[in-house]
Amino acid sequence: MPAYFDHAATTPMRPEALDAFVAVQREHFGNPSGTHLLARNARRVLEDARETMAEVLGCLPREVVFTAGGTEADNLAVHGVHEAMGGVVVTVAHEHHAVLNPVERLGGRVVGATSWGTVDLDALRAALDPSVTLVSVMLANNESGVIQPLAEVSAIVRECAPGAVLHTDAVQAFSWLDVASAARDAQLISVSAHKFGGPKGVGALAVRDGVALTPMLLGGGQERELRSGTQNVAGIAAMAVAARLTHDARVDTVVWVGALRDRLADGLKAAIDGTYESAVGYSGEPADRSHKVAGSCHLCFADVESEALLFLLERAGVYASAASSCASGAQDPSHVLAAMGVSRELAQGSLRLSLGWPSTDADVDIALEAVPAAVAQLRRFSVRS
Amino acid sequence: MSTVAPEVLVAMSGGVDSSVAASILLGQGYRVVGVTMKLWGGESDTGCCSVSDVDDARRVAQQIGIDHHVFNFGDDFERHVVAPYVDAYAAGRTPNPCIECNRHLKFDRLLHRASMLGIELVATGHHARIVTEADGTRRVARGADRAKDQSYVLHMLGQAQLARLLFPLGDTTKDHVRAQARAQGLRTAAKPDSQDVCFITSAAGRQGFLERRHLPLTPGRVVDGTGAVVGAVPAVELVTIGQRKNLGMAGGTREPRYAIDVDLPTATITIGERRDLDRSTVTLDDVAWSASPFAGQVRAQVSAHGDAHPATFDPSAATLTWLEPRRRVAPGQAVVLYDAVTGCVVLGGGTAQ
Repeated sequence: MPAYFDHAATTPMRPEALDAFVAVQREHFGNPSGTHLLARNARRVLEDARETMAEVLGCLPREVVFTAGGTEADNLAVHGVHEAMGGVVVTVAHEHHAVLNPVERLGGRVVGATSWGTVDLDALRAALDPSVTLVSVMLANNESGVIQPLAEVSAIVRECAPGAVLHTDAVQAFSWLDVASAARDAQLISVSAHKFGGPKGVGALAVRDGVALTPMLLGGGQERELRSGTQNVAGIAAMAVAARLTHDARVDTVVWVGALRDRLADGLKAAIDGTYESAVGYSGEPADRSHKVAGSCHLCFADVESEALLFLLERAGVYASAASSCASGAQDPSHVLAAMGVSRELAQGSLRLSLGWPSTDADVDIALEAVPAAVAQLRRFSVRS
Repeated sequence: MSTVAPEVLVAMSGGVDSSVAASILLGQGYRVVGVTMKLWGGESDTGCCSVSDVDDARRVAQQIGIDHHVFNFGDDFERHVVAPYVDAYAAGRTPNPCIECNRHLKFDRLLHRASMLGIELVATGHHARIVTEADGTRRVARGADRAKDQSYVLHMLGQAQLARLLFPLGDTTKDHVRAQARAQGLRTAAKPDSQDVCFITSAAGRQGFLERRHLPLTPGRVVDGTGAVVGAVPAVELVTIGQRKNLGMAGGTREPRYAIDVDLPTATITIGERRDLDRSTVTLDDVAWSASPFAGQVRAQVSAHGDAHPATFDPSAATLTWLEPRRRVAPGQAVVLYDAVTGCVVLGGGTAQ
């Protein structure tokens, strides 16, 4: 059976979430904005889910806005605040494009990162002034897995741009971090269901009371007028089930997935000379991964091209990824590694092995066999003829 | 006794030819893997590089039931095709981007990538054949559809490459290719043939592209044989030997006038009559042979869809002597040598000095 190591791209639905999805779609198909019994039943399902999401995100139920995924939540945060408050929006060079592209479209400021994959706090401080209305800093990076120092970011924002709203994209963090506590300083928090065992096309933006946010989708005024459109009730219910399971098991999951990840990363670095583990270090150097989420193993191999490596790994039964994919499906050089100062040559040999709730010891065994063999095969050929 | 079918990587551009090439190989029993090279990230009308072409290739692969991968060779394309294209204009030479793409991308980078992946064979949808002579020498030969023949742009292929290549469309016609694509319901069936250079858009054009690449274009004067100024052009770099139009001359002349010389340092175009263009020889740079160097009678072709004309080649001087004087070949233009008897088998080729 192939070993799936692309949980940061998407993770399988938890069976309980899938059951909930089917049950709600079948039995509670009413429009939650309606008045009759079926509508009221759907509304109850929706509000149950809202309470669950509020609890796991550390906000009030009325502060939860359901969206059609993480990208929409990020766009609503950036565009919504800018539309309401004007001013300057600020983010970090290693953010997901769902934040980076809206900020760039609005002519915002993009600050750099450190070689350890964290936002450069000095650069952030320098980029802030009272004209700044939004600062968006992700909780954990989708490629490097590095957890960002949100409390320090928040303190700098309060000091240098006191009127600014702090948004955090917690899409990659939710499986591994108690977002309610880790993002307590943020006024806006994005999550996406399919990253933690829910369905694709469902997400949420926590909007704390008092944040000025202009809706992007206008229509029936659902979600307290912040996001019009009939809610995806079944998807939202399934997201809440997955969120509850993830939240309740998180402390244990982080321990055992973290141990799997350490065995994988240590094993590959020992087996393959000159391997650079992003934000951790080279083969043979001491490895501290306490600043990374538990499911993240991100490596760069010199003299290897990711596309060729992924091709061989697929044939050996390992499904993984490299950097973010562009619209054509081609591998583009990683903007995250570039922001960390990793050379283009080394970044071309990047491999992201991301673990998740269904990962097993057997998966790690397969990867420990397949990755060194594939790297060795590719290194038998010079990269450039 | 059962043997595993050989595996072949098919370069799928998203056009009808490579779509049908993949399908034919599948029908012949090969294990087929489709690959689209992502070469150009900038603007493109269509051709080889746009997102919609990748989508078309992927969909065709899904329809015929093969795996499909995208390889991003953008850096190599920039280095080996786009930058030399700009450099050629800066130096007043005619660039051959499609030939350079074949030389460096399809038949070097992609072949090398296939080797890395443990795949011996690579196929493309070119209209050309590979023939094997009695002594085992392989050569590129013209495709069955002479109007679509692409042997000219494949002249650089040597023995090591030819041993690993398949051109499944060599024995078929374009009409037949389209008919097969239609019969299989492939979405590329009615897609127009790619035209011109894939990274030049019709909106910006060649001049717009070169300006965006910061190539300084030099206004020039047009003089006749006596040195008298008779016209002006906005960019001498864009004038090609033999060009008749857009030479900025007021009024008509009784006889057509051609650019017979382009001198970049003085930004001067000299015009003359048709016979002023005639030359009896052309000397080649960077001659590549499919096997060993050839001396003697050949037929030579100087453009992708021109005819091949009788000549004699002297490899020691890299000089081609036409049987009858022929119009001067623009510097940089590829000159491809075919056998003298059939005029269909490629011996090698180079670029005109």
